[in-house]
Amino acid sequence: MQIFVNGQAQSVECPNDLKSLLQQLGYRGETFAVALNGDFVPRENYLHIELKDGDALDVVAPVVGG
Amino acid sequence: MWWRRWSVDDSKRLIMNEQLNLYGKNFNSRLLVGTALYPSPAIMRESVEASGAEIITLSLRRQSPEQQQGKMIWDYIRESGCQLLPNTAGCRTPREVIALAEMSREIFQTDWLKLEVIGDDYNLQPDPYGLIEAARELVKRGFKVLPYCTDDLVVCRRLLDVGCEVLMPWGAPIGTGQGLLNKYNLQTLRERLPDVPLIIDAGIGAPSQAAEAMEMGFDAVLLNTAIAKAQNPVVMAQSFRLAVEAGRSAHAAGLMVKRQTASPSTPTLDMPFWQQSSSKALQD
Repeated sequence: MQIFVNGQAQSVECPNDLKSLLQQLGYRGETFAVALNGDFVPRENYLHIELKDGDALDVVAPVVGG
Repeated sequence: MWWRRWSVDDSKRLIMNEQLNLYGKNFNSRLLVGTALYPSPAIMRESVEASGAEIITLSLRRQSPEQQQGKMIWDYIRESGCQLLPNTAGCRTPREVIALAEMSREIFQTDWLKLEVIGDDYNLQPDPYGLIEAARELVKRGFKVLPYCTDDLVVCRRLLDVGCEVLMPWGAPIGTGQGLLNKYNLQTLRERLPDVPLIIDAGIGAPSQAAEAMEMGFDAVLLNTAIAKAQNPVVMAQSFRLAVEAGRSAHAAGLMVKRQTASPSTPTLDMPFWQQSSSKALQD
C-alpha cells in the first residue's frame, strides 16, 4: 500500500489503523499531531481510522516560530 | 529633597500595576516575542528571559520520526511557564488554518492562536477575507484568536464582529524592520477601537519603534527578527523590554501637544542685555 507521508510517497505494510501505521513509521510519544488528507485527526481517534491507498498523512511537531 | 517624594520606585509600581489583559488573563509584560531565527536554542532561551516576555510564539512543522527538534523545543517551552501562542504561519486557506490550529491545540494544550492567513508571497500580507472566514470558524470551535492583520479599520471591525477580542495589526511586513509604516491608519485604529487590545505585530526593527507604538497607545508589541537577528540578541531583548516599558509609561503620563513654532522654555521676562543689544542694533 502506498501512502504519502509528509508529502513523500512511502510503501507501507497494510496497517489496521492509523495508530499502527504511526508505530510502523516510527512515531513515538505525544510530541506530534496528525492530519489525514488535510483534516486534523484527534489522538483518541487513531485506533478508529482506517487507511486506503493514496492517503496523505501529515505529521507535525513543535518548531520555533514568530 | 522635594523631588524625592515621587520616587522611581513609585513610578515602577505605577507601571507594574497596569497589567495587560487578553482574553481575561493578566500579564505584567507588554512585549510578546517569537522564538525563531536565533543563533542557537540557548541564545533564544536567554533572550526570551531577558525580554521579560510572558507570551511566546511558536509553530508546527512536518517532522520525521528521527528528528528530535520538536521535543527539544517543547521541553524548553514547558519549563518557561510562558503563555504559548502557536501561530498558523504559512497557511493560505481557512481549511489549512483550521487543521493546523486543531493540531496546535492538541500538542500545546492551549486555545490561544496567532491566526495568520497569508495572501501575498512578496510582502506576506494577510488575506483579509481568509482571516475573517477562518476567525469565524475558530471562534466557534472555542479558540482564543489573535489575528495578525493589516491596519485596515473595516477589516479589524469584521474580525471583532466574528468574535476576536484582540487584534494584531502589522507595523510593517514581517521581518522588514521598517517600523510603523502607516501611522495614520494605526492612529485611526487606536482612536476608533479604544477598548480593544491592539498589539503591533511584525515590522518592528528597533526599540525606538516599539516605544513609539506604545506611546501611540497600543497595548503591546510582538516581535521576533529584531531581537533574533541583532548582533547581541540577549542585550537587544533587554533593550526592547525597556523601550516598551518606557513607551507605555510615557503614554500613561501624557505626551505634550506638538507645536508648529518654537516656544522658549526658559523665561524671556527680565532677560539681561536685551535692551542694550536692541539699541546697538538700532545704532548699527
